[in-house]
Amino acid sequence: MGWRRSFSSLGLLGLLALTAVGGAGCDKFGGKKKPAGDPAGSASAAPETGAIVVGHFASMTGSEATFGQSTDKGVRMALEERNAAGGVKGRKIEVKTLDTASKASEGGTVVTRLINNEKVVALLGEVSSSISIAGGQVAQKLGVPMVSPSSTNERVTKIGDMIFRVCFLDSFQGYVMAKFATDDLKVTKVAILYDQQQAYSKGLANDFKTAFVGMKGVITTEQAYSGGDPDVSAQLQTIKTSGAQAIYMPGYYTDVGNMIRQARKLGIKEPFLGGDGWDSEKLTEIGGADIEGSYYSNHYSFEETRPEVQDFVRKYREKHGQVPDGLAALGYDAARILFDAMDRAPSLGGKDLAAALAATKAFAGVTGLISIDVNRDAQKKAVVLQIKNGKPAYVTSIAPPDAAADAPKPLVSPEPAADPAAAPAAAPAPESTGAPTTRATPPPAPVKAAPAGGKTGTEMKASDDPDEGGQ
Amino acid sequence: MKLGGPVVMLGLLIVQHGFPKFLQTLVNSVALGSLYALIALGYTLVYGVLRFINFAHSDVFAVGAWLSFTFATAFGWVATSSPLWGMPLVLLLVMAACALLGVTIEILAYRPLRKAPRLNVLITAIGVSLFLQNVGQLSSVFGTQPQRMPSLIEDRSLFTIAQVHIRLVDVTVIALALALMMALQWMVFRTRLGRAMRAVSFDEKVASLMGINVNRVVTITFAIGSALAAAGGLLFALKYEGLKQTADATWVLLGLKAFVAAVVGGIGNVRGAVAGALLIGVVEVFGASYLSPHMRDVYVFVILIVVLLLKPSGILGKAVREKV
Repeated sequence: MGWRRSFSSLGLLGLLALTAVGGAGCDKFGGKKKPAGDPAGSASAAPETGAIVVGHFASMTGSEATFGQSTDKGVRMALEERNAAGGVKGRKIEVKTLDTASKASEGGTVVTRLINNEKVVALLGEVSSSISIAGGQVAQKLGVPMVSPSSTNERVTKIGDMIFRVCFLDSFQGYVMAKFATDDLKVTKVAILYDQQQAYSKGLANDFKTAFVGMKGVITTEQAYSGGDPDVSAQLQTIKTSGAQAIYMPGYYTDVGNMIRQARKLGIKEPFLGGDGWDSEKLTEIGGADIEGSYYSNHYSFEETRPEVQDFVRKYREKHGQVPDGLAALGYDAARILFDAMDRAPSLGGKDLAAALAATKAFAGVTGLISIDVNRDAQKKAVVLQIKNGKPAYVTSIAPPDAAADAPKPLVSPEPAADPAAAPAAAPAPESTGAPTTRATPPPAPVKAAPAGGKTGTEMKASDDPDEGGQ
Repeated sequence: MKLGGPVVMLGLLIVQHGFPKFLQTLVNSVALGSLYALIALGYTLVYGVLRFINFAHSDVFAVGAWLSFTFATAFGWVATSSPLWGMPLVLLLVMAACALLGVTIEILAYRPLRKAPRLNVLITAIGVSLFLQNVGQLSSVFGTQPQRMPSLIEDRSLFTIAQVHIRLVDVTVIALALALMMALQWMVFRTRLGRAMRAVSFDEKVASLMGINVNRVVTITFAIGSALAAAGGLLFALKYEGLKQTADATWVLLGLKAFVAAVVGGIGNVRGAVAGALLIGVVEVFGASYLSPHMRDVYVFVILIVVLLLKPSGILGKAVREKV
């Protein structure tokens, strides 16, 4: 999932105290390790016998605590299964979970601690993209591979060749809902209501808009709210009079539940659409009857009949007494993909492990067939769910558009503009004339999306193509 | 003359966007302003008596909202099954519980620092705030999962004016807030206790020489402020049913806006806090509705800056001359 507010805005003093602690931590540990910049360095420091330690940094407390707790449950289930089956290379695995308290400022500190004190060979985490980026930078510098279960923001894996993820990206998710709205719901006029303090929500709103407008749809109005503001009556009032046939609301479940209740009270009857931030049992609890009939895109559905899904859901239910949400499923998949790569890797050194992770192809995960592409992102389908009788019911799966999936991309792409090779291949002719030569500055092309990674642009193009060979 | 500008503007708004939108916005803004007012009163009362900002007040408000949820679910009430007396009962319980919490905080955290510099008390208040936020997150207390507040009052529209449904919950929020504020006004200006509070506020030392038990007055002030915050918490939970965990930014932001309302109205002034809160509510919701929702927090803080520049003591505050 996306970027979250990294501070609980409890005044300067709290922040000061945090930076002081964070700074001290960095000096103490980071300073010593810096000379050993060799990627294999820190991993070789790990003991060769005994349990293999894997680090998990997660928001176990703080405003996004539910995300970290769900993910950790998924990770630990994968861990138990793996250890019951004999572990990796004849050794047991141990997962150390450290809390980031939902704060981006903690990401780097916690990862430093995991690598230097706990001697982890690899990292799992975070849900929040902003924390993943903070932690990922440290992991990259110290040469320890990191697998993010559910950070969907584009920038996460661009940090470097040690950073992987097993979920799809926001640009794809925006495309999925736009395609669903156009093809299945047959609506042409949609209003957007997003959380302006969350880069996740803002980015997703933008990705949806680009894709939807590309499919000849019209955005009637774009309204914003702040997660901390409970009252959105003013924005809803504007949306009501804008003539929208559906409302795209890429926020988090608590806000979404609250806002939909307010919307129905104001007499708005149109369906609501959303993204993976909706994924929680709490959504229907808070939204109640008002949320019935709304749709959202997600990583998996517990109703899918694939044996991986049914197995996982049954075991999770037995253990925790609840249906696993998408984050638990992604945590489970991330851990299993990591353990699988550890098994295949010739050694547990950073470089070997990263190479093994990059070679992951068609892994049968709970959240679909997962292949790691050249950008270290996962290529997979997304599902669209509808709230029916208080439960998210499976509606359809939407695969990534072919061109975007197959476009050749350089292995290490530190910036989005490093995609010129992909742009002409995927979107030929007039739009991309400037793309191959300009690396840093995208040309002011008439097609706005094409140079920016070529991704949204090519996706929109490919959307006309009904061929669904994404997996 | 002075009213000419606003009246013309109001007329323009109504003509341009239609009366229903105006009325709906007005109801929303007054309901939100009433909630701010209930919190702002706690800030202003404590400041009036002790001259310090109780930063833990927004957390008492959060605890009030969460306790309302706890009580309501403990009685097993859900959407429609709560009896008519359910809401008043929860209101009394939660006000009593939070009054107790406020008194406990005062006695344990602030009283030992009565003679210490103001800054020490301020930092202690931040500590108490962090403590409440984090204890609230424990799974044995409120937990980290958001919860849906049971509807203790029926969800229906009371009457309809110009296609705008005036909902029972909004009317309850406004009416109850108004009643509590009037009770407070009466207490502060018409009772012996109120007189004692005003005396302590005026001069703590002299008040104690006149036979007023200062500690008792301070304790009662905290109890009243916290009880009002608890009432605000319950009303908040009834209006915005999805409760976020106690460490969420929502509570801090609401508390901050209520604090701004207290300052805008003239901190230490009871009527000022109410006026400031209504002003903030109106400016925020009308700004979001008619200008742009992207900047709704900005409007609130712009008001603060303007008031501090033009009338630093607040719209209803009196300029205090320092004794030299």
